[in-house]
Amino acid sequence: MSSASTIVNKQPRIGESALRPDGIPKVTGSFEFSSDLHAESMLWAHILRSPHASARITSIDLSAAWKIVGVHSIVTQDDVPGAKTYGLEHQDQPVFAHDVVRFYGEPIAAIAADHPETARRAAAAIVVNYELLEPLIDAEAAITAPAIHPEGNIFRHLVIRHGDQTVQGDVVVEGTYEVGMQDQAFLGPESGLAIPVDGGDGVDLHVSTQWLHSDLWQLAPCLGLPEENVRIHLAGVGGAFGAREDVSMHVHLCMLALKTGRPVKIVYSRLESFLGHVHRHPARMWYRHHANADGILQRVECRLVFDGGAYMSSSRAVIANAACFSTGPYKVPSATVDGWAVRTNNPSCGAMRGFGAVQTCYGHESQMDKLAAACGLDPVEVRRRNLIHTGDTCITGQVLDGTAPTDQLLEWLNNHPMPPDTRGTDEMMARPGGAGRTADAHHIKRGVGISIGWKNLAFSEGFDDYSTASCTIGGGQVSIKSACAEVGQGFVTIALQIARTVLGVDDVVMEPADTLIGSAGSTSASRQTWMSGGAVMAACEAVRAQIISIAAERWEVAQGAVEISEGRVTTLNGDHNESFAEFVGNDVVHQVVEYRHRPTFSLDENGQGNAHVSWAFSAHRAVVDVDVDLGLVRVVEMAITQDTGTILNYQHVVGQIEGGTAQGVGLAVMEEIVLDRGRVRNPSFTDYLIPTALDMPHVRIAGLYDQPETGAPFGAKGVGEPPTISSTPAVAAAIRAATGLALPRVPIRPQDIALP
Amino acid sequence: MDTTAAPNHPPEPLSDELVAYTLTINGTKHTVDAGWQGESLLYVLRERLGLPAAKNACEQGECGSCSVLVDGQLVCSCLVLAATAEGQHILTVEGLPVDESGLTDVQAAFLKAGAVQCGFCTPGLIMAAHDLLEHNPSPTDLEMREAISGNLCRCTGYGRIFEAINIAATMRSNS
Repeated sequence: MSSASTIVNKQPRIGESALRPDGIPKVTGSFEFSSDLHAESMLWAHILRSPHASARITSIDLSAAWKIVGVHSIVTQDDVPGAKTYGLEHQDQPVFAHDVVRFYGEPIAAIAADHPETARRAAAAIVVNYELLEPLIDAEAAITAPAIHPEGNIFRHLVIRHGDQTVQGDVVVEGTYEVGMQDQAFLGPESGLAIPVDGGDGVDLHVSTQWLHSDLWQLAPCLGLPEENVRIHLAGVGGAFGAREDVSMHVHLCMLALKTGRPVKIVYSRLESFLGHVHRHPARMWYRHHANADGILQRVECRLVFDGGAYMSSSRAVIANAACFSTGPYKVPSATVDGWAVRTNNPSCGAMRGFGAVQTCYGHESQMDKLAAACGLDPVEVRRRNLIHTGDTCITGQVLDGTAPTDQLLEWLNNHPMPPDTRGTDEMMARPGGAGRTADAHHIKRGVGISIGWKNLAFSEGFDDYSTASCTIGGGQVSIKSACAEVGQGFVTIALQIARTVLGVDDVVMEPADTLIGSAGSTSASRQTWMSGGAVMAACEAVRAQIISIAAERWEVAQGAVEISEGRVTTLNGDHNESFAEFVGNDVVHQVVEYRHRPTFSLDENGQGNAHVSWAFSAHRAVVDVDVDLGLVRVVEMAITQDTGTILNYQHVVGQIEGGTAQGVGLAVMEEIVLDRGRVRNPSFTDYLIPTALDMPHVRIAGLYDQPETGAPFGAKGVGEPPTISSTPAVAAAIRAATGLALPRVPIRPQDIALP
Repeated sequence: MDTTAAPNHPPEPLSDELVAYTLTINGTKHTVDAGWQGESLLYVLRERLGLPAAKNACEQGECGSCSVLVDGQLVCSCLVLAATAEGQHILTVEGLPVDESGLTDVQAAFLKAGAVQCGFCTPGLIMAAHDLLEHNPSPTDLEMREAISGNLCRCTGYGRIFEAINIAATMRSNS
């Protein structure tokens, strides 16, 4: 028998760049996304949406729509069989608008027909009479404006009062900053297939989502069905980034399937996708930083007003994150923070990668650059003097007890070589504006900016955050099941790496993700490698322990004499040596485990409390070329350093870093949902721009801090969000350095530079 | 754009006459017996002919997810009326010539480089990368960027995709 050390693993374990198990079907086109689903005799759904941001509905006439040949069902709020409202954290959104409309694109009715075009025509034939109302579009005004919803306009006012509230600094810098509304802009549109079962007593919903059980907990009550009669299956997800954390058309689609007794499919158009999911909160942020003459922070005051749009979604948690991380990864002995998340008639806002910390990172980093200038310090130096470290106290009073390699991140970044200056090149594509051939090389200014950001990992403030997973050995196969939503991030890869590592086997399969197992929580908050990875680890360890226990009993040896290695159960004395399949025989070894991170606690009336589990950090250096005449920016290079904890799959980490950085670059220079009295003016990829391969610079990794985080399974921190947080302010700082402009708002548009 | 438009655009008046036509896809003839003539090639591939690899991310020619070759031209199949493609040779990801591994060199490179995350843009990018390397076997960085700039990817930031195309280009030049 070979010893374990001489065996070469066929399949990668933890720490290796394992390839995706869904990679081959994705490159060959056979991977089944939610928009690819098909069922015999299925119908197509379409949703009629409000053309107004604020209106009273005086009548809805369906008669003309019903007359269209091929229409099978039309449903409105009157047809909702159960609870009339739903919502991610609080059920304040009606399934369909019925008395009033509170945002542009709010669903009014849903149609099932034999062809998608028939359904669209039926929607156009529905006559809705509206009495127009003045939309409430200003978040600041919403705080005191008459309520536009029975529950009022204020989702949350979070106060943080930390330290001496009377401190004044020798140096004081002040600024007001704004962040526009960003869209997640995943590529795979919202889509799904609802199939009625049990003679109409239940439904199977195949849908792209980030959290199957949250969908279930909202969907079943609206359908008036017990949860066990509603089964949700994860259909292939074409990206998420927060936008799929909320229910979209789930209730509408299931209502139509139950009404018609036939499978019903829906695929949003890009326009509907822009209108049909939550966005990143636009923010207005006032800051005042107090420091001594050496640039050491004494106190930070800030007031954050986040526009939550029409319905609550996750606004309460977003503003908590924004407030808790508002002062940046710095030692701040005194903080005065007021965070507001309010209701308006703008599109609803909720989760997007970075979750509140994106907006405030742009605010606090803009302030740190102002402080550097006021103190005559280099931007790196002013940060270095204030960085928070392990053992320091956050403005919430919580001691930061995880890794916090802030010095190292800045040092690596500072030492990273600069990209070559290509401004004089004849290569037009390398100039701002690209092939437009408009930029005069002599008028291109180069700028460099840096930033550092931070964020919590997993859910905070006392939320019972858990994930469920099972491990099964039976029928000659090792399988893992989790309801964790694979949205592209690579959990399916990591889960298999973990199972192979714990069990010492090569062949492990993932069972489909659905609600037939307990919740895995959301694929958000950079939490799934930690939480569902932890659950998979614990389930595999439980199976391992059970096998050892059975073996000890069966073979009448001490448990310590049983060894599991390379998929075999052996005894130290060599008397027994069986594969898992031989050992288990016709039995099944099966363990289901719920994994929890350490408890967190709510914030008190002063915003103090041990609300967070763990912190992650990243820093960026941006180099930009700016055509100051035309206001065009070319981001030349993004260098990044990040605190990753133990790296479980380097290639996946790099993918998150590059992709996350791209979304931050997009927010800095091009991405914004433009609103006109609550109406979305650019709901298409023609008008809402995301970085293309020509816009996106090389992302250079200048250092990854991969020391294990205590308490995290395998020591791994989540890595998805930090790159989106620190990238935007670095680009903004670089453009400021190139132009000398204040640029207090992102995205920075050409007119902000050329016509300031 | 029209800022006053409702989010539910009334459909343009179109003939509802059903038409029959034959498409040549990946070397095989497929007959559409009674299709609405307003259907795009993308819709017909996906919903009538069981060829779902071309993806539907924007359906207005901005994202490249539905890229296919029509008579050797890289096009967005969402912008082609299916019935007008009769008599032309349509190549989709499903029809790319693969080696004994079941993959093309570009597909293998995408896997190796980690260029796939959610995978929704991937089939379109595979088509664009093949088209690039057919016409320019050793593209520069900027040529590569320009060639795939019609294909949006929201997950990767393109870094691993550039790596994949470089791997495929190197493999071709070495073989």
